[in-house]
Amino acid sequence: MTRYDAIVIGGGLVGSAIAYGLAREGLRVALVDEGDVAYRASRGNFGLVWVQSKGDGAPHYQRWTRRSADKWPALATELLARTGISVGHERPGGVHLCLDESELEERRARMERMRIQSGNFGFEYRMLDRRELADMLPGLGPSVIGASWTPYDGHANPLKLLHALHKAFVEKRGRYISNTTVGNAKAAPGDFRVGTGAGEIGAPKVVLAAGLGNAGLAPLFGLSAPVEPQRGQILVTERAQRVLPMPTTTIRQTVEGGIMLGDSQEDVGFDTSQKPSVMRMIARRAVLSFPWLRDLQIVRAWAALRVMPPDGLPIYDQSERFPGAFTANCHSGVTLAAAHANLFAPMVAAGTLDPTLALFSAKRFDVPAAA
Amino acid sequence: MFRRRPDADPATIAVIVEGRTALVPHGASAAAAVLVAGFRNIRETPVEGRERGPYCMMGICFDCLAEIDGVPNQQSCMIEARPGMRIRRQIRAREIDPGLR
Repeated sequence: MTRYDAIVIGGGLVGSAIAYGLAREGLRVALVDEGDVAYRASRGNFGLVWVQSKGDGAPHYQRWTRRSADKWPALATELLARTGISVGHERPGGVHLCLDESELEERRARMERMRIQSGNFGFEYRMLDRRELADMLPGLGPSVIGASWTPYDGHANPLKLLHALHKAFVEKRGRYISNTTVGNAKAAPGDFRVGTGAGEIGAPKVVLAAGLGNAGLAPLFGLSAPVEPQRGQILVTERAQRVLPMPTTTIRQTVEGGIMLGDSQEDVGFDTSQKPSVMRMIARRAVLSFPWLRDLQIVRAWAALRVMPPDGLPIYDQSERFPGAFTANCHSGVTLAAAHANLFAPMVAAGTLDPTLALFSAKRFDVPAAA
Repeated sequence: MFRRRPDADPATIAVIVEGRTALVPHGASAAAAVLVAGFRNIRETPVEGRERGPYCMMGICFDCLAEIDGVPNQQSCMIEARPGMRIRRQIRAREIDPGLR
């Protein structure tokens, strides 16, 4: 059996960010990953580093998200220096477009609630009217009547991020074990063993970051991760000269020029097929927002499964039964990558999750049934 | 560089590739016309500006992108050559005219 300081199960964005963060802390880390059969939300991600919609009614989630977004520029710089890979990060602020009065009123109310909930932490936002918005975004469609804006939002290339994290992890002497599913997990406090394609490995710490796989893995380690799949579909246009200066919630132009159009939230289990009706809805809303998109060709489209906790907020825990076992679950692997590498990983290395993460425990779902 | 198959139909369709006239048989692709006209490259990649030309000839590699009859980024290997068709270089990323304000 090969021993490490920590085992991270799951090589998507969440797992590889944590594994890289642990390796950077000086731990000897094994990162156990599935093969191409994995659902891998990280490969279907839209690529927003998105802040403005996160944490209505849960200001701790807004704070956690914003801390990550604040640490993103440094992470991107560090990954470029270490790996030579530019992850295409930009933080020009972002807008959420509203196409009718009820959308706009709902948005206005939500943003103001979040400002009030933010307390001293603050929440800088503005509601923009059509005229102001048209000065910012070229070729804005007549259907767009307004938008919310914050300076916190940005975007990045999720595939390059995943590549860069893996490369940086391996360069920090991390051991990457691919094409394997975890078998024969044995848990004891501070002593964890898992069977992999490369033999049994053991460590005093284990981090479960297997996305949708966490639901089944967590109970083996005295943890709970009630995550469910939520399908999202995306369309991508041919590359074009850059015209969009900032991302919207569902439309962003990448550094390379392609325009990504999202998104959908579908409750269809583990079905990853694409549906023309949903693709049509996505395209229609995009063309209402920016009519010039009509002239661009769609060159790729896909569906992928988000990793969704019941209330949409991340779940972080350390096992009480088996201290040393942690879980990390969220649908925002890109946005939270900097928090996972720079904040969460050091907590795991130290052996204790910060009290600020207590509200993210899965215990929040253990509500006794009413009599 | 390229020789036509002996069993091919006679080259009767005239298309214009970057100002040069090329004759191809009925049913040939626009990408075939690019090659017959003597061009190895027909586009410059959007980000790095590298030269690319028809390669897979079956719709997979996207290296044959060209401007065809004024429409940018066309997969020339998937489009049949028509008489009088104008094929031009696709130089880097296509333009967008947001027009509306």
